Amino acid sequence: MSIGLLIFVFILAIFLGVELITKVPSQLHTPLMSGTNAISGITIVGALTAAGTGADIVASIVGTIALILATINVVGGYLVTNRMLAMFKRKDEEQK
Amino acid sequence: MMDTIEVLIDFGYIVASVLFIIGIKMLGRPERARRGNMVSALGMLIAVVSALFECCLSFSLVIGGMVVGACIGVIAARKVKMTSMPQMVAILNGFGGLASLLVGWENYHSMPESNLFITIAILLAVLVGGVAFSGSLVAYGKLAERISSRPIFFKGQKVVNALIIATILICSVIFSFNPAAAHSYVLFIIIICLSLILGVLGVISIGGADMPVVIALLNSYSGLAASAAGFIILNNVLIVAGALVGASGLILTGIMCKAMNRSLVNVLFGGLQAAVSAAGAGQQVLGEPHPISPEDAYFILEAARAVVFVPGYGMAVAQAQHAVRELGDILENNGAEVRYAIHPVAGRMPGHMNVLLAEANVLYEQLAEMDDVNPTMDAVDVCVVIGANDVVNPAAREITTSPIYGMPVINADKAKTVLVLKRSMAAGFAGVDNPLFVKQNTRMLFGDAKASLQQLISAFKES
Repeated sequence: MSIGLLIFVFILAIFLGVELITKVPSQLHTPLMSGTNAISGITIVGALTAAGTGADIVASIVGTIALILATINVVGGYLVTNRMLAMFKRKDEEQK
Repeated sequence: MMDTIEVLIDFGYIVASVLFIIGIKMLGRPERARRGNMVSALGMLIAVVSALFECCLSFSLVIGGMVVGACIGVIAARKVKMTSMPQMVAILNGFGGLASLLVGWENYHSMPESNLFITIAILLAVLVGGVAFSGSLVAYGKLAERISSRPIFFKGQKVVNALIIATILICSVIFSFNPAAAHSYVLFIIIICLSLILGVLGVISIGGADMPVVIALLNSYSGLAASAAGFIILNNVLIVAGALVGASGLILTGIMCKAMNRSLVNVLFGGLQAAVSAAGAGQQVLGEPHPISPEDAYFILEAARAVVFVPGYGMAVAQAQHAVRELGDILENNGAEVRYAIHPVAGRMPGHMNVLLAEANVLYEQLAEMDDVNPTMDAVDVCVVIGANDVVNPAAREITTSPIYGMPVINADKAKTVLVLKRSMAAGFAGVDNPLFVKQNTRMLFGDAKASLQQLISAFKES
């Protein structure tokens, strides 16, 4: 894949991110932050390819630690966000 | 056959990216936020499965690592208390940053001879990931009160910071000329260490009240580090997801700065100047506070028809959110209209108060934003301020020499009566005197917020 194309994708995604977030009510700032934090655990994909193809013992160790940390980030992040969002109740839900 | 698998893997990454975008979009709408989080989690699952097809060598390590990580993640997410949420978010964020750093390291270790573009991407992943990690760790320490939440700084810290940045730049340039050389590995380790130190120094000088800005910014860094990791392994899903998080973190940072009427530069380096300005800004507030007993406070609340609660970090410290909600319910049953006014930077992370009140089963509709409450404040009978200080300080509106002048605040003083629950007359985190406490319509209920609330609740129950 050409380098120019990757940078192009990156810049478009930045603009998209700005558009997506701009109008979020402040009540949702914490779940939004922990939810996007879980997404930043996408580096797990990098860790997976690293741990799987480790050239030597150092590479394997570093890759595996990266994988463990990224997994904690992803799993913990999504679960915690879900826990928080489950607490936000609205009137109609309360009556059910 | 091989081609088909590669196409499928790429397709998986594209689907994952789309699901992230949809998920973030839904996270911004209260009624769809929870599903949005699940959509984005599904995207992550698809990305992970696709990645599993890409890597194949030591499957045991991969599975082992993921099982260990998942177990820790599940346990941590279940055990954490809602009041500990800021530090939880901080530490998870730190793990993500460190993971990106290690991905950069692993790639450099396995293939030192790459082109300049990938070398730069490796350096960025290590640098940004390192700052995100150590910065988040310090933020965690401050939020969990393992270390002092006051700004910690030493003489010449700015010079040291500048020297570190300069050294990182110089090392990076020498490193880029010949990454495969033996001395470059040493340089690489030096860069890692320096970026970690930079993260510590950057956050340790920032006070606890500015933490909402710092957490949002660190969140952005860990996203950008993931993006840099994407440039290393030439993978679009990392680039897209990382950029989305990076952008959202920056937007949140901007919102938090705006809510404090300060620039990002001022927040990041303000702690260093605070010591200088504190000596000069010792303006005194004239007047005496009017203390009130819980019994008298009860009579005021009993007669109120419109009540607004303004929670602050003190409510989180006293773990008083359940007591607040209980009192709110009693007042509603008593015929009053009850709302909770929340300042964007109240607490230690963006939206901190909303999470606590939601935990205590306060309905979403009762949580009001500052801009919606302020125009109606004249019609409010009692404004109950619980552990909040700077966010209700009228000096921000009236006293042009005040350090917080210009910061948007909740106009608690415009209510007919202001009831302030507070431990003592100590100044707020910004160290600024608060004229609200000595206003004619303000009554101070001294003591632990939770204990005071419980006295009020029992006063209602006995009557």
